Amino acid sequence: MAASHGLGLKRPSAIPGFGLALGFTLTYLSLIVLIPLAALVLKSATLGFAGFWEIVTGQRTLAALRLSFFTSFIAATINAVFGVIIAWVLVRYRFPGRRLLDAFVDLPFALPTAVAGIALTALYAPNGWIGSWLAPLGIKVAYTPFGITIPLIFIGLPFIVRTVQPVLEEFDRELEEASATLGANRRQTVFMVMLPTLMPAILTGFALALARAVGEYGSVIFIAGNLPFISEIAPLLIIIRLEEFSYPQAAAIGTAMLGISFGILLFVHLIQAWQRRRFGDD
Amino acid sequence: MTDAAIAPLLLSTRGRTSVTTEQPVVRGALIVLAVLFLVVFLFMPLAAVFVEAFRAGLARYFTAITDPDALAAIRLTLLVAAIAVPANVVFGLAASWAIAKFEFKGKSMLNTLIDLPFSVSPVISGLIYVLLFGAQGYFGPYLQSEGIQIVFALPGIVLATIFVTFPFVARELVPLMQEQGTQDEEAALSLGASGWKTFTKVTLPNIRWALLYGVVLCNARAMGEFGAVSVVSGHIRGKTNTMPLHVEILYNEYNFAAAFAVASLLALLAFITLAIKIGLEWRYADQIAATRRH
Repeated sequence: MAASHGLGLKRPSAIPGFGLALGFTLTYLSLIVLIPLAALVLKSATLGFAGFWEIVTGQRTLAALRLSFFTSFIAATINAVFGVIIAWVLVRYRFPGRRLLDAFVDLPFALPTAVAGIALTALYAPNGWIGSWLAPLGIKVAYTPFGITIPLIFIGLPFIVRTVQPVLEEFDRELEEASATLGANRRQTVFMVMLPTLMPAILTGFALALARAVGEYGSVIFIAGNLPFISEIAPLLIIIRLEEFSYPQAAAIGTAMLGISFGILLFVHLIQAWQRRRFGDD
Repeated sequence: MTDAAIAPLLLSTRGRTSVTTEQPVVRGALIVLAVLFLVVFLFMPLAAVFVEAFRAGLARYFTAITDPDALAAIRLTLLVAAIAVPANVVFGLAASWAIAKFEFKGKSMLNTLIDLPFSVSPVISGLIYVLLFGAQGYFGPYLQSEGIQIVFALPGIVLATIFVTFPFVARELVPLMQEQGTQDEEAALSLGASGWKTFTKVTLPNIRWALLYGVVLCNARAMGEFGAVSVVSGHIRGKTNTMPLHVEILYNEYNFAAAFAVASLLALLAFITLAIKIGLEWRYADQIAATRRH
């Protein structure tokens, strides 16, 4: 502690335990998170840039990465639309069962992904509750790339609802009244006054749902069918490479996915910085 | 204008919708749409778990969950959570103490790093430990010569679980303790309490509901984690299979009734988790910071 005072890294305080608390935090963080993640990057670095690039742009890897990203993007888009509607209904309207519905939105955070996976597969299989309705229409969901989006919608929904909800709760009604006074009809007020204000929250929720979906494994593999080049997601390909003991290959795909996740998070960060600049500190 | 002249105007506005809400038709349609979406995407999967679990009858259900392999999986799941959750509680307390009670350089960086595991795919969370401790991993040869097994054994499962649940407790405590400031602790210290006593008698009671909240969420994820554990477990029946992995094995063997029976126990856990979470949010909203953040 004395040393950290000397270096001027910490502001003096009467409260004890800084050295112990920070020391433990940094040690634990390094052992559990930082060193293992460094091992991942290090392992893929042994391939050299050319080797890394060859694996990541290999046909099967590229197909898997593209599929993971594409299905996640679709799911996050669907969630963005319905998530906003659900947040809107929960915040603005009063109807019986509202609080129960509100509580229910968190289910995907609490339900283990494997359970969600087998349940959704049972529903959307050709003989399932929903699948048997879609089958006569010629729509096949389970075991197709389309089926992958279903669990991704399931796991991503709370991210959008829970990001938009607090912003909508604090939305200044006077803005809506001003808009109405100036002659806007309700549709114009909603789409030209309210939605632009909600946009940063919607984009943040969209990006969080997207980041979660790109890495999702447990709920997807049951419904996906897992055919290489068609319905094989990137996390599954990592597991296949591991089972073949191709550690560097697995590490390379993992590093690429980590890069995608961090890219998405950087995007979130930029949106929030932009929002603070535009609307002031919240 | 006289009152009589105004009256019709007032009457005419009575039946109209306020300018800050939608037409009743639109409202009704949106409510129906939202409820339908939630029923199809959230409620039906949950209902399907229980319907499928009991489809083959109560006897089959109880056979499935009292099967020796199922019991071993339940025991392992409880054991893993019993190690991982307390470990992350200690970490959460230490991290929030350092971050909330002190000003130091690199604090926001530390805050960001704590959330890092949330943005890592579960499969990668398992992969990193295989790369370190697996047979061909960095420490593999050394561990083998010492006869220590980490991957495909309990330690690997615990490590992967700790990784995926890493931020849960800290994330609930840091914002709350930052909000609470340091006055309470400074008062206790100036009255002669020791540092430890200040922590247990002043700080802990201040954060107990948020701590419980974090523990409940951390526990749910610890018991339900699939991807990360799947990579490091090795899927040895009765030995390194947790409940979610046991569900997968049963399902892949087309033993659907048994798979859903074990899954229903996990769904029950989700139910209890949600109930406690909502209960805490309703009763102690002011003592739980950032309840809406996930």
